[in-house]
Amino acid sequence: MTAAARKDLQVTRRDFLKAGAAGGAGLVIGFHLSSYLPANAAEADREVFAPNAYIEVAPSGDIRLWIARSEMGQGPRTALAMILAEELDADWARVKIVQADLDAKYGDQTTGGSLSIRSSWDPLRQAGAAARAMLVAAAASTWNIPADECATRDSVVMHAKTNRKLEYGALAAKASALPVPKDVPLKKPREYRILGTNQKRVDGEHIVIGEAHYGIDTKVPGMLYAAVARPPVFGGRVQKFDATRAQALPGVRQVVEVPVVEMPPLFGEERKENSGHQHYLWGGVAVVADSTWRAMAGRRALTIDWDAGAGADESTEKQRATCAELVKGHGKELRKIGDPEAAFAAAPKKVEAEYELPFLAHTPMEPMNCTALVRDGKCEVWAPVQNPGGMATALVKALGLPASSITIHVTLLGGGFGRRLNIDYGVEAALISRAAGAPVKVQWTREDDVRYDYYRPMSHHRLRAGLDAKNNVSAWLHHIAAPSTDGVYVGGDLPDSGGTELAGVGLPNGTVPNYMVEQSFLHTVVPRGYWRSVDVSWNHFAVQSFMDEVAAAAGKDPLELRRELIATKQAAVGEGGDERPINLERLRRVLDLAAEKSEWGKPLPARRGRGLAALYGWGTYIAYVAEVTVTKDGAVRVDRVTCALDCGQVINPGMAAAQIEGGIVFGLTAALYGEITFEGGQTQQSNFDNYPMLRIGEMPRVEVHIVPSHESPGGCGEPPVPSIAPAVANAIFAATGKRLRRLPFQTQELAQA
Amino acid sequence: MNAIAITVNGQAHSVEVSPDTPLLWVLRDTLGLTGTKFGCGMALCGACTVHVEGEATRSCTTRISAVSGKNITTIEGLSSDGSHPAQVAWIEEQAPQCGYCQAGMIMTAAALLAKNSAPTDADIDDALSGHICRCGTYQRIRAAVHQAASKHSSAGAAKQAARGETR
Repeated sequence: MTAAARKDLQVTRRDFLKAGAAGGAGLVIGFHLSSYLPANAAEADREVFAPNAYIEVAPSGDIRLWIARSEMGQGPRTALAMILAEELDADWARVKIVQADLDAKYGDQTTGGSLSIRSSWDPLRQAGAAARAMLVAAAASTWNIPADECATRDSVVMHAKTNRKLEYGALAAKASALPVPKDVPLKKPREYRILGTNQKRVDGEHIVIGEAHYGIDTKVPGMLYAAVARPPVFGGRVQKFDATRAQALPGVRQVVEVPVVEMPPLFGEERKENSGHQHYLWGGVAVVADSTWRAMAGRRALTIDWDAGAGADESTEKQRATCAELVKGHGKELRKIGDPEAAFAAAPKKVEAEYELPFLAHTPMEPMNCTALVRDGKCEVWAPVQNPGGMATALVKALGLPASSITIHVTLLGGGFGRRLNIDYGVEAALISRAAGAPVKVQWTREDDVRYDYYRPMSHHRLRAGLDAKNNVSAWLHHIAAPSTDGVYVGGDLPDSGGTELAGVGLPNGTVPNYMVEQSFLHTVVPRGYWRSVDVSWNHFAVQSFMDEVAAAAGKDPLELRRELIATKQAAVGEGGDERPINLERLRRVLDLAAEKSEWGKPLPARRGRGLAALYGWGTYIAYVAEVTVTKDGAVRVDRVTCALDCGQVINPGMAAAQIEGGIVFGLTAALYGEITFEGGQTQQSNFDNYPMLRIGEMPRVEVHIVPSHESPGGCGEPPVPSIAPAVANAIFAATGKRLRRLPFQTQELAQA
Repeated sequence: MNAIAITVNGQAHSVEVSPDTPLLWVLRDTLGLTGTKFGCGMALCGACTVHVEGEATRSCTTRISAVSGKNITTIEGLSSDGSHPAQVAWIEEQAPQCGYCQAGMIMTAAALLAKNSAPTDADIDDALSGHICRCGTYQRIRAAVHQAASKHSSAGAAKQAARGETR
């Protein structure tokens, strides 16, 4: 987890308390009613019970829960509603969710870092419990009995002694006049009726009939459509353009230049003095038309002269060569235990290997788009965005409007995976709307989406390990060379402090006597961004593959080596800002469970093999055993993946399992196919023909085994991604004796002569 | 610019767009049927799949002039109330995650089931090989198609029984 994400946890807590105080002062009653109540409902407004920013109970008994995180398939609309409904003791069938607009009363609304459940767990339970206590108090006062004689279930307050019942709807008016209580006790896990059960996704029924509305489906009165020609080279700019042909096309209304705009840091933190180059929206030329297709046709008819810009020399070949050179020397020491160089030099047995991973694009199925209306000093935006707060900050800066003039409606997201933490497409849409003087939907093509992404960075890893005379690991040294992503988010090229982008180095950190992680940065103008599982996606591949190589050199089973490291009972520590202590026992348990369920150790036919990888992160522990077949011509088929998951208290087991299945597909797509390359400062890939995705025929059989737990919930969005690539690499080694150290797998090396 | 006549979900429309406009954008921008999604524009991902005379067709690369006079069905017209066996099975299996690609998947599955009432895994993989789901819902999609097939055939059997038909 990043520093920014860590901060998120704290900010959310603090802001919730503020919202609670406002609720106590009775200031929030009736907020947001206009969004769903009919115009003549003003009278009914007063009867609605709205004790805090998240809950409303209408006299009809309908319950509305506001979800302040973005839904992109990972399920916060359902899971957060379940958490609220549990403590509220609501009738789940009466619960409806409302996607919250950007509003300070919700605290930070960023959706990332697998934090939606973790950061909402306490505040939402407290919100639900406080509301329930007020409904109980209303019933108790109606019946003139002590509140503690009442029980609640399925939106009904009951008094067993007198066999009386009142529904929440009937209590709403009375409850809304009561003060918001503080420190209401929360339920014990054994009292849960909703949490830990399989509830259906709240959006499912809309999705299957085509009525779920994503950003791309936004339509506002008078709306025009735009397509933008952007600089072909990173850092390029428009020199001059001729729009004569485009303007002559039917339906084309205007051609406007999108200015170059300096972007603020993404998470609203101050730009650091020491950061490198600044982050810009590089502008371009927008064709505004009366339909999407006509805007795209207009764009094709533009003639533009570009300034190539600073990126013209960038190429993947050079980047790879630079990184390979960097890891030969020494970088900044970020973790050091003992004397690793001396211990390595003295080790009777040495293992050394280098690993490489490429840049990757996010390619959510819904290409980037945003609808904006900037007029009369106000800006209204409809955005499929993971970071509405960051978008507002950038809009304030780009438009020169006060924050109070910015309204952001968060739509459903057709996937995000971190791409929609960046808010470039929102700023672009607002600038075009302002120039056009009309509401405009800016639609990116898939080619735009692939070429103008904020990419998961490449990386190069040099790993060295020493084994002592007893084949125990005596030294472990890891040098990572990569461009920084954290730097981009604080507003420059490099992070503001060391120690970031180490997440995923994981075991054996803290369990071997001599240990070191060094970091070197590759400077590049290629935009980088958070990609589902961020730094763990690269560090973990190298470490978990190398762990297998060390096990082989030591003549140990890969599972046995991990168990031995865990048994040292040294204090492992979280990386990259996740400061919570690591519970190695939980890691051992998922390893053992995955091994047992996968029949680890049971012989397989020739050219088939099993591979293991396991991680802790985002408050979750997860282990995979991948089973693969390697054909004679070198093709790799992943037949089966056995997963053991300990994510603490599971909210919705079916949705957690879905995240595992999907995370495996996401990670496997990258391992088998994912590679973005650059030549002359341009991205060489453009669409799914040259940036392929895993398809249904390649889907392995995935089995998910969830460890029962009442620990605080961990994340489930990112943890399933990183381990699949090393698990498959380790399985390929088991099947063939060949070690693939570069992603995507260069499977031609596996063909039998 | 001449008007082009098409029938969408049983309703006749006359649309005035240039003849090279893809059916996708006519559905979405002209007719406001946004259930059909834009994913790639090159018939690589399947998100835009509709039925043209019952055949699963990529609307992003189908020019409007090529479907003049034809019957088109979109996800909005697959059933009046979400009761098509594929739609029901999709919910039962909790297949969607973000859901963006799912309309296209369902349309292809429905076209498959119309021809093959008991598809094997291989049949399903083959029919849906042109679709991409970035959330990775494939395992559940397969299960949902199997379940829809059993509903489809049992629904068919029930109808036959109601009509007193026998084979």
